[in-house]
Amino acid sequence: MEEKKCECNCQNKDAFMEKLFQEYKPVKDNLISMLNEVQEHYGYVPMNCQKELSNFLNIPMAEIYGVVTFYSRFTLKPKGKYNIAVCLGTACYVKGSQKIMDRLKERLKIEPGETTQDGLFSIEETRCVGACGLAPVFTVNGEVYGKATVKKLDEVLDEIINNKPKI
Amino acid sequence: MRRFDTSPKGSKEEIMKSLEEIHKIRVEKRKELDLRVNTKADTREKHILVCHGTGCTSSKSPEILENFRKIIKEKNIENVRVIKTGCFGLCAKGPIVIIRPEDTFYAMVKPEDCEEIIQTHIIEGKRVERLLCKDIDGKIVNSLDELNFYKKQKRIALKNCGVINPEEIDEYIAFRGYEALERVLREYTQDEVIDIIKQSGLRGRGGAGFPTGKKWELTKNAEGEQKYVVCNADEGDPGAFMDRSILEGDPHSVLEAMEIAGYSIGANQGYIYVRAEYPIAVKRLQIAINEARDYGILGKNIFGTGFDFDIEIRLGAGAFVCGEETALLESIEGKRGQPRVKPPYPAQHGLWGKPTLINNVETYANIAQIILNGSDWYSAIGTENSKGTKVFALGGNVNNIGLVEVPMGTTLREIVYDIGGGIPNGREFKAAQTGGPSGGCIPKEHLDTPIDYESLKSIGSMMGSGGLIIMDDTKCMVSLARFYLQFTVSESCGKCTPCRIGTKRMLEILEKLCAGEGDELDIYKLEKLAVNIQKASICGLGQSAPNPVISTLKYFREEFREHAIAKECRALECKSIANIVIDSDKCKGCGLCQKNCPVNAIEGEGREKRVINQDKCVKCGTCLTSCPFHAIGK
Repeated sequence: MEEKKCECNCQNKDAFMEKLFQEYKPVKDNLISMLNEVQEHYGYVPMNCQKELSNFLNIPMAEIYGVVTFYSRFTLKPKGKYNIAVCLGTACYVKGSQKIMDRLKERLKIEPGETTQDGLFSIEETRCVGACGLAPVFTVNGEVYGKATVKKLDEVLDEIINNKPKI
Repeated sequence: MRRFDTSPKGSKEEIMKSLEEIHKIRVEKRKELDLRVNTKADTREKHILVCHGTGCTSSKSPEILENFRKIIKEKNIENVRVIKTGCFGLCAKGPIVIIRPEDTFYAMVKPEDCEEIIQTHIIEGKRVERLLCKDIDGKIVNSLDELNFYKKQKRIALKNCGVINPEEIDEYIAFRGYEALERVLREYTQDEVIDIIKQSGLRGRGGAGFPTGKKWELTKNAEGEQKYVVCNADEGDPGAFMDRSILEGDPHSVLEAMEIAGYSIGANQGYIYVRAEYPIAVKRLQIAINEARDYGILGKNIFGTGFDFDIEIRLGAGAFVCGEETALLESIEGKRGQPRVKPPYPAQHGLWGKPTLINNVETYANIAQIILNGSDWYSAIGTENSKGTKVFALGGNVNNIGLVEVPMGTTLREIVYDIGGGIPNGREFKAAQTGGPSGGCIPKEHLDTPIDYESLKSIGSMMGSGGLIIMDDTKCMVSLARFYLQFTVSESCGKCTPCRIGTKRMLEILEKLCAGEGDELDIYKLEKLAVNIQKASICGLGQSAPNPVISTLKYFREEFREHAIAKECRALECKSIANIVIDSDKCKGCGLCQKNCPVNAIEGEGREKRVINQDKCVKCGTCLTSCPFHAIGK
């Protein structure tokens, strides 16, 4: 088998896919669960992984690509180091989460689904994260910031830009 | 990320439990946990319950739990246990800590408060006054039951949430867990179980309200050797989190009900389709499944009756349409989640073409209670055609945000004012939205409508899965309709044209109206499109997508006309047509608005009455909320 190179920076990529292939049976209905794992591990679904999955599960590439692009959790491009997701579920919307999103777009100068050029930030619109009691909320790499305000968002952004802390 | 083991773990013989052992656990554990439900329990033990629902977890409840455990260990305190539980419901007051048996309710606890709680409450036996929960009227509340929020509630589906540790099967067993399954397997025939469910009057809690017993019967009578039971836990309605709380707080109740369903329809494999956005729920479900397998409650030859049943988890990947039952089946099969044309219904032609029973999480959560307490008990609750209780996720502009379970037939007014504690900031109630993107808005004049399937339908809304969003008078109904259409447009799967293109056209018209570029003809076009999309779409998502527009048009037509003709937005939400002014009669010259204005558009000094410079104003609305005299408006 020819050697596979991954498009992402990850070093132990082959090991990860190999492990996945050992844990799952090669049946078609495992596709979405496996894609979830790939997305979680790499932060996106690299083309190469799609090819490997296609071989493993015996599903045409076109079909896999169709599935990846259908579900909003799967992305074809890497997300930023800090992925900020603003909840636009109804409870958050009613409490003004659109203002948070507008501010975010204004400061980072990107649209939802995009990554800043330096690769530091990406933003996304998310549906309900279920923390409606804390509305409006946004999350940074999965960590929830509740009762958010534009000011709070600015503080979080400033902290990342100035110190680049680990979140 | 979690791994899904597909092989049953129940094969470990040494930890499988016999029926006698399970009965013993039930009796002994129940005695031990009596203090959880009985404030007069005769015990020297104390249990500190820390809420671990998603809301409280994101405000650091795991840290609180760790702190408690650390301090208790350091101080060598005996007879005190710290337990993680599911959601207590009152998410607005989170993180919540409850100490039992005395039932003391501490709200908005911070990790650094643990020391004081242990010292004052546990060691000195006094209450930490400053952390006690205050009710809306300002009264300090000593225990959970005193809160107005809980007084009108009746908990059936949420019975164990906040009482047991969801990650310990013994605690579930202690509160009559798996007793219903045992009774069903040993005493009832398939038809007897279905009869009980039918007589109870239980209807599907996912939205449409199809009679559950009828669905079970149809699937049982469908021809086929292999059948499946599926649990729909793809709770996609924005603002709804009932199912998540049940999965997080009481996962075993769903497993037990799926087994009962499996026995009744003749299936031995179940799937739970759950959103990947709910990592805590997924984790607790997997723990519950593993525990049940270890005990031999899932797997082969359950309770020695020869009945086999196993359950697997399937993850969703962020597609709202997968809450539609046939799209969900496609997704379980590993495909794009596009709905199938019905009929045939899943009861005849479901997962991999086999007869399949699909119920929602909350529906399952009622099953064991119905078996244990009888169908008469259940059907005595609720209204004539809607029996039992319904869980609502109360959110938006209301004081007590959280999870409420009320008997069917409770009025909206009771939910909003008695349980929800009314509208914050002295604002007016404008509308309540039920059913999410498939439902509609209920205006003030229908506040006294009893909530059940039929009455909600008759006023142009629907039960939906249970999201209940309250809006005050600062919300614009046109932009709310636009918000829901944005949602449907981005979530439409694209299979059928009316939904894919029609909703997009509707959204464009609504955007025009919000920008002040529409005219009266647009309203007419909207109505026409809405009817066509309703009639011609193939699945529930498309058929119900125009509902938010139809219902807002029905009750708030004036507002649409103002946007179209006068180019005005009375709620001042549509920025391009809103003009914010200060009422000079009401203005007291405090200057708060000026302080808060981000663009310095407000002019005036000292005690002078303030004026907004319309050239500078960006209509952000900050001044509206900052004015203590409600002097700022249109």
